Amino acid sequence: MSTQAPEAPAPEEPRRSSLRSGKGRMADPVFKWVVAACGTIVLVILALMVIRTTTEAWPVFAKEGFFGFLTGEDWTSGNSRTEITGTYGAWPFIYGTLITSAIAIVIALPLAIMVAFYITHLAPRRLSKPLSYTVELLAAVPSVIFGLWGLHWFLPNVLRPFFEFLGNTFGWFFLFEGPIRGVGYLPAGIVLAIMILPIMTAIIREVIVVHPIDQRMAAYALGSTRWEVLRKVVLPASFSGIVAAAMLGLGRALGETIAVLMLIGGAQSWGSSLFSTGSSMASHIAATFGEAGPEARTALMAIGVALFLVTMIVNILARVIVWRLGRMTGDAAV
Amino acid sequence: MRNGRSKLAVLAAIPLLAAACSNGDEGGGSAAGTEAELSASLTGAGASFPDPLFQDWIYSYGSDVQPGVEINYQSVGSGAGIEQFLEQTVDFGSSEEYLGDEDLATAAEARGCEAVQFPVVFGSVVIAFDNPELDGLVLDAQTIADIYSTKITTFDDPAIAELNPDMDLPGDEIVPVHRSDSSGTTAVFTHYLSTEVESWADEYGEGKELDWESGLVGGQQNDGVAQGIAQNPGGMGYLNQSFAQEAGLSVATVVNEDGNPIEPTLEATIAASEEAEVPDDFQFAIDDIGGEGYPIAGTNWIFTYTCGYEGATADAIIDFWTWALTDEGAQDVAGELGYAPLGDELTERVIAELERTNSENGGGDTEEGAEDDATDGDDAEAGTEADAEAEEGSEEE
Repeated sequence: MSTQAPEAPAPEEPRRSSLRSGKGRMADPVFKWVVAACGTIVLVILALMVIRTTTEAWPVFAKEGFFGFLTGEDWTSGNSRTEITGTYGAWPFIYGTLITSAIAIVIALPLAIMVAFYITHLAPRRLSKPLSYTVELLAAVPSVIFGLWGLHWFLPNVLRPFFEFLGNTFGWFFLFEGPIRGVGYLPAGIVLAIMILPIMTAIIREVIVVHPIDQRMAAYALGSTRWEVLRKVVLPASFSGIVAAAMLGLGRALGETIAVLMLIGGAQSWGSSLFSTGSSMASHIAATFGEAGPEARTALMAIGVALFLVTMIVNILARVIVWRLGRMTGDAAV
Repeated sequence: MRNGRSKLAVLAAIPLLAAACSNGDEGGGSAAGTEAELSASLTGAGASFPDPLFQDWIYSYGSDVQPGVEINYQSVGSGAGIEQFLEQTVDFGSSEEYLGDEDLATAAEARGCEAVQFPVVFGSVVIAFDNPELDGLVLDAQTIADIYSTKITTFDDPAIAELNPDMDLPGDEIVPVHRSDSSGTTAVFTHYLSTEVESWADEYGEGKELDWESGLVGGQQNDGVAQGIAQNPGGMGYLNQSFAQEAGLSVATVVNEDGNPIEPTLEATIAASEEAEVPDDFQFAIDDIGGEGYPIAGTNWIFTYTCGYEGATADAIIDFWTWALTDEGAQDVAGELGYAPLGDELTERVIAELERTNSENGGGDTEEGAEDDATDGDDAEAGTEADAEAEEGSEEE
């Protein structure tokens, strides 16, 4: 740049003239419109989906009542073409979605932070690149592969012995009571955790990488251990980024279908034990859609609306938490 | 893939042409116009239960009998099969449940002419175990219902011991496994329990999905059930016979209406289908099976319309299904895959029904059909010049 400095006035001439030309004046508004259209498309698509599913699902809400639908525990599909004859309570599926996502996030969040910290700060240079690529590769594995692998290998060989240990040791605790059948909330949640790990790790890694090195060096200079640097310096400064990562992961966990369907056990009831079998909203839709008659399809649309709603509430709650915590820690989160 | 297949079909057809013609003569019966080369593209959709068989049939038919006919069967499930048939997005529908009067009325209103339905194969649902010691365990409807309602929890329960006096029963806890997806297999199984056991009908009823007792294991599709059986000691589940056969699982012998314990073999399924009384409208279920029949059996129906098919489509539908139901090779394939063919008398009746497909085309027999006739006439004109009724149709224009 410095060598070009004397010539600076020359290149400015054409730039000014291009601004004056008609083409140049049009470019800016056109670009603005294109970008605005792209931005609005997302809203339009979402609105169309919400409106369409809600209209289709309306008869079910009309019969069960909106809160009756969300809190009812009995789901019996009717087989009529014209009216709503069954009983539709979606609570078992809502609970299934919430509990499996909660398990996934509880396992994946600390793991993702640790992996990201290891890749960025501790791993030898030779290892850190391949490791981060491998984590990202996990994100490209289709969920049906996770489901198949989970059902045929991971569940019988790893999870089942682990569950039996949990059941024998903590069987007195309500989360781990009852018989162990293999499939259920816990295996679905654990496989979900593996599935959301890559995206969370990738984002958290980026967030940690941009953390200013002088702050860390200062902390080390004050005699902090690596754990203290992570906990007291890196994490608070990266808080909002980590929450964003968690929310993206949570979004995937809430909506994941096939892997959950294969591992959750497909019961239309719910139980407080993590070993219980159940269904998530998405998995129940996928499991019954193929054979559904017109009435059952209406009811499945209603689950779709509920899923929209639950996702939205979870997201809002997460933002509120970030905002609260952000005020406390002094981070400009949200 | 479709292209690849049709190329294959052409290649295969060259040496097999002679054989194909003789096949047609031998099995085609009255309806099979197999000597004429048909050219059509058919789309069907419906039940996944007969899908392996249908795919095999479609492939053999395309390569050996009518290379010009391309059939695409989508195994989207019985419910979707009925829906797509009623919305007329497919040429034929397939389901494990027959069309009720309400559906038939909807179909007639939408198309302007009657729908035709007929059974094509039977299949049985077996009770399967992973433990080879349990092969041939005798159960009756009551014990199966008690197991699935968790009233019987171990294999050495007195009720099971009474049915199996000579068997050394393990004391394992029984873990009943069910289909977690909505499925025709579940419908057949629970229909059997509801018909035979009153308390089951009151408490759980029947259907493609059910509110099962908690503590049971659900499996996604046949594979999920097989995994549930294999991964739980004492696992027991219901499966299509064809799937259990391929997976090499042990199966239970089930006591039928006459008190005979029947092994789920192909012969026993055929016997069951012969026991069933099939009314003229083909709306039936295989209930109260006695004699040598295996009691838990289901049927697969095919639906077509009596009007509105273009070109050679209707001829191709009739020809394909006639071939599938009468050709010896096709019927052998069905047996190998664990599906029971229709008996001779029933086959004759089914073919008579099948030939009603497109029989009202262009004739304007029904009043609601009048608006459709303009297009129907066009189609008929383009396709079957010899059809006298087609001329009537075009005159109306």
